[in-house]
Amino acid sequence: MLEIKNLHVKLQEEDKVILRGVDLSVEAGEVHAIMGPNGSGKSTLSYVLAGREGYEVTEGSARLAGEELLEMEPEARAAAGLFLAFQYPVEIPGVGNMTFLRTALNAQRKARGEEEMSAGDFLKLVREKARSLKIDADMLKRPVNVGFSGGEKKRNEILQMAILEPKMCILDETDSGLDVDAMKLVADGVNALRDAGRAFLVITHYQRLLDHIRPDVVHIMAGGRIVKTGGPDLALEVETNGYADLLAEVK
Amino acid sequence: MAILQAKQDALAARIAGLTLVAGGWAGAARREALDRLTAMGLPAKRDEYWRYTDPSALITPEAPRAAVFDDSDEAPPFDMIDRVKLVFVDGVFDAAASDDPALAGVEIERLADAGGKDIHWAQGLYGVLEARGQNPVERPLAALNTAFATDGVLIRATGQAAKPIALIYRHISETSDALLHHCVKLEPGAELTVLESGPAAARFNKVLEVEVADGARFHHIRAQGRDHDRRAVTHIFARIGADALFKSFTLTANGRLTRNETVIELLGDDSVAHVAGASMGDGDFLHDDTVFITHAAERCESRQVFKKVLKHGATGVFQGKILVKQGAQKTDGYQISQSLLLDEDSQFLAKPELEIYADDVKCSHGSTSGAIDETALFYLRSRGVPKRIAQSLLVLAFLAEAIGEIADEAIAEDIRARLEGWLHRHES
Repeated sequence: MLEIKNLHVKLQEEDKVILRGVDLSVEAGEVHAIMGPNGSGKSTLSYVLAGREGYEVTEGSARLAGEELLEMEPEARAAAGLFLAFQYPVEIPGVGNMTFLRTALNAQRKARGEEEMSAGDFLKLVREKARSLKIDADMLKRPVNVGFSGGEKKRNEILQMAILEPKMCILDETDSGLDVDAMKLVADGVNALRDAGRAFLVITHYQRLLDHIRPDVVHIMAGGRIVKTGGPDLALEVETNGYADLLAEVK
Repeated sequence: MAILQAKQDALAARIAGLTLVAGGWAGAARREALDRLTAMGLPAKRDEYWRYTDPSALITPEAPRAAVFDDSDEAPPFDMIDRVKLVFVDGVFDAAASDDPALAGVEIERLADAGGKDIHWAQGLYGVLEARGQNPVERPLAALNTAFATDGVLIRATGQAAKPIALIYRHISETSDALLHHCVKLEPGAELTVLESGPAAARFNKVLEVEVADGARFHHIRAQGRDHDRRAVTHIFARIGADALFKSFTLTANGRLTRNETVIELLGDDSVAHVAGASMGDGDFLHDDTVFITHAAERCESRQVFKKVLKHGATGVFQGKILVKQGAQKTDGYQISQSLLLDEDSQFLAKPELEIYADDVKCSHGSTSGAIDETALFYLRSRGVPKRIAQSLLVLAFLAEAIGEIADEAIAEDIRARLEGWLHRHES
């Protein structure tokens, strides 16, 4: 599904290298977790994959279902099936959440040569998905993320994911700022989307989220590359011993 | 005195070819206006009130030539609203193209017909509100209008109007120089909507005087037309009674030079006055909103909401003032002026002012200038929204507070569609 090879990235404005040869392969149906200390390049990886400006890819490739992602505009990546749940979902005053969702869904469908969804079908779809995430009608009516609590913002990200039905979902520290109940709600939302045709890349600092979203593979990222890969037990090891021992061992 | 002399010389040149219509109640009002005007002379670039907007093109003896713009790619503004249409072509009333005024369920007369009578209700309005509005700031172009307006409508509503009145201004001649003066009087408890649309002329000078009596409600929405070469100076003078409502919204897209002045006096307690505008300029465009709201009664609310989208060297100007007089306690005044600069060549010049002589009031004002929020743009694109549509969404979001001032949802939707059309045409 997602095939990243030898990815090197630096900041455009300054000569700061952030990713130094990331190799990662995620198959359809799998859930991979990336853990790592602050500044290891986890969020940069997610932004580069989604196509945020300000980064320069100096080497390497990232393919989604065989297509080179790094050449595409952000909207084309989305239409191709990539979704990034933001660590800090953006507030957009003046743009209604429903308008936003519908514009996004129909733009993606159009880009893929599919029929746009009718207003009635769309409303039905949103209501059904919103209910399971405990998102009320008021949240749907408000401008995108404006006045939302931290938990509401993250639930709104998962709602978008549920409606857009991407093939490859990247969750960037979706657990940050969530209390236990909210985390459970978000994890349930993610788990409901797990299926054989979809893959997840879950970026997190902590083991906590992985208790709810069980990964198949866990990667440890440090200094801009993946330094260790293992099973779910690797996350537990980090939780118990911290990163220091692990990183010392790698060196 | 050399400056005043120059202004008076400019005035003499400007009015040399104009006729002061004599006779009737209007004749007397015109003569008084000419006296006011003569004492002031015409505005000049060095006047503080014209600091950001060069009035030269508005005061030349002849109107600068303006190409006529073909706007047939869009339905006319307010086309889906059931309204009574009154059409002016280059400032001349076109009865054949207009609807029967009686359908509006209010009194409507042409200034040209009614002005010659001995007495008329409009005597209490025509030039009267304009004259009050000359203090503390001179507005000579409004006095020029009172003196030399060639036509206009006098509208008096005593109850709920049956339909909105739409004043449609067509522009056909490249050299037309139109001066129109309308008076609207809402008697106690009356309610009326006035729609204005179109470029009107190569150069347009318009005054609208509105009296909103106790308990009356006045709605005003205008779309100033897409002609790029046109120039316009407009004034609204409003006097508002108690428990009354005044709402005005203006859409301005294109136009080489537009100066819209709004002067409102809140004279009765518990009234509301909102004035809002959305303007879009691409290239050689200057749009100036100059607003002066006086609170002279208790517990009144006023809002000024102006949003400007500018690109390719366009200029936006805002001069807005809230004056709270002594005794106008519990005043709630709000003023916001914002510009969205789509490139680095455009500029926004703002002068917000508050002057408060009462001690128990709430007044806030803000003015900002900024670019499209790149983070929001990326967020939208990351969800599959193409860049062009994402930008339009963000521009419309920026304008939302101003459009939100339009009470009628059908009209708001029409304005929104026009803005989207503009954005689509001006993508590059």
